Amino acid sequence: MTDPSDTSLGDTPPEGTHDQDYNFAYLDEQTKRMIRRALLKGLAIPGYQVPFASREMPMPYGWGTGGVQVTSACLVPDDCIKVIDQGADDTTNAVSIRKFFERTAGVRTTEKTGEASLIQTRHRIPETPLEEGQILVYQVPIPEPLRFLEPRETETRKMHALEEYGLMHVKLYEDISSHGHISTAYAYPVSVEERYVMDPSPIPKFDNPKMHQCPAVQLFGAGREQRIYALPPYTDVVSLDFEDHPFTRLRNDGVCGLCGADDTYLDEVIMDDEGTRMFVCSDTDYCATRIEEAAE
Amino acid sequence: MNPIFSVRDITKFYGNQKGCEGVSFDLYPGEVLGIVGESGSGKSTLLNVISGQLEPDQGDVLFDTRHAGMVSTTAMAEPERRMLARTDWAYVHQNPRDGLRMAVSAGGNIGERLMNIGARHYGDIRETASGWMGRVELDTGRIDDRPSTFSGGMQQRLQIARNLVTGPRLIFMDEPTGGLDLSVQARLLDLLRNLVRELGLAVIIVTHDLAVVRMLAHRVMVMQRGQVVESGLADQVLDDPQHPYSQLLVSSILQV
Repeated sequence: MTDPSDTSLGDTPPEGTHDQDYNFAYLDEQTKRMIRRALLKGLAIPGYQVPFASREMPMPYGWGTGGVQVTSACLVPDDCIKVIDQGADDTTNAVSIRKFFERTAGVRTTEKTGEASLIQTRHRIPETPLEEGQILVYQVPIPEPLRFLEPRETETRKMHALEEYGLMHVKLYEDISSHGHISTAYAYPVSVEERYVMDPSPIPKFDNPKMHQCPAVQLFGAGREQRIYALPPYTDVVSLDFEDHPFTRLRNDGVCGLCGADDTYLDEVIMDDEGTRMFVCSDTDYCATRIEEAAE
Repeated sequence: MNPIFSVRDITKFYGNQKGCEGVSFDLYPGEVLGIVGESGSGKSTLLNVISGQLEPDQGDVLFDTRHAGMVSTTAMAEPERRMLARTDWAYVHQNPRDGLRMAVSAGGNIGERLMNIGARHYGDIRETASGWMGRVELDTGRIDDRPSTFSGGMQQRLQIARNLVTGPRLIFMDEPTGGLDLSVQARLLDLLRNLVRELGLAVIIVTHDLAVVRMLAHRVMVMQRGQVVESGLADQVLDDPQHPYSQLLVSSILQV
């Protein structure tokens, strides 16, 4: 037992063990079982949103309650996890979730994409290609791609059931008519195995092609909206577009100011109040690895 | 000639309350049928039932589909019925706000039905939308404006364009001129009459306005308390009504 008066969250139990006040990976076994059933159903029907009894988690909605529950249900003691937030390993959200699992599951953590067996991500897919055996867990705010076009849940469910997806193209049409090109830059709708239209969570559309035929398992968890969906390995994922306005990836035109990469997704950083700015890789691990390799 | 649409003995009750009872009629291609009656006479219930939005308690609705001939739409699977509603059928609401997407531009509104049935070429969709705006006498320069910036009459014309773009063969109209001022009504009726003639559409139009019926309809059905009390050629019923209720209705038209 830990001292109840000690409220600091910074303590991590010794390597390889977890805080015995919690069940392994925080959630109780029945809850994990329920989530795993939803995950299996999601994997069996790629792109279909499976309702599940989302639990309250010790963090606010919008911080990844869905992703954390999915991760919790998938974790085994041998796992090595990596958590990223907008590509970075060192931001508040990523650090907090990593610490959460260090304490409640005692699993190893890493910042290296290649070493991780499970990666929980908020709004990016790592630049290093994923491999078989890895699991990528997405945090999803709004799982329903049609939500802002059709507010009725009963109606959107029916539209999915009957494959009535014309409305999705109305959104893209509106983009082109007001901006001259498809201006949707993130949460870009995709068609999965030519059946379900899916919201890939707010990843930049630069990352969309990485989902296609990805060897890793991709799981999506929306805690507040109580939905889970999934892409099994090697699934066809095609971004929606028009014949005369095909899908294009979008990245800032520049090279990373730290590692010099010219093919990664870049963040723009304002350097001072005189308009100086630089581009850096949004994927901090990829950038750091490149700098190390260059130094050797 | 075979009927395009056939309604047989339709009955709909809301609990003990009668919606409509024992209504039958045939509609032929190119024919305009007016359904008139006071509020609560069951005309909207009838329209909702035959357009597939409500399930009848009794009776059958048959439609002459392109591929399979006369098919019962009440026994049809829902995906098929919804497909029909997007292609061969059209429904013009009384309030254009019910039939339009107010947050989507005029072009997007017209293009939606095309995209619903698989159009995936932006240029073609836009060209078709622009063409239809011209046909319903809307300024094609306003193709990217939202319907909320349009006047009531323009919204109604936009709704009609949106419905006609997939080349439907049967149109349901629920009080299409309700809520519009008289001069706008006249213009809309003129437009409708031309489109109906030009495209050879079959139309079922529900209204309480006998002037609309006089102008558009070939045939008219008078409803009272859920039942059809009189039906016949429009001019015949309007000039020489036989049933006391029809006589009352005709004599209540305001004269200027």
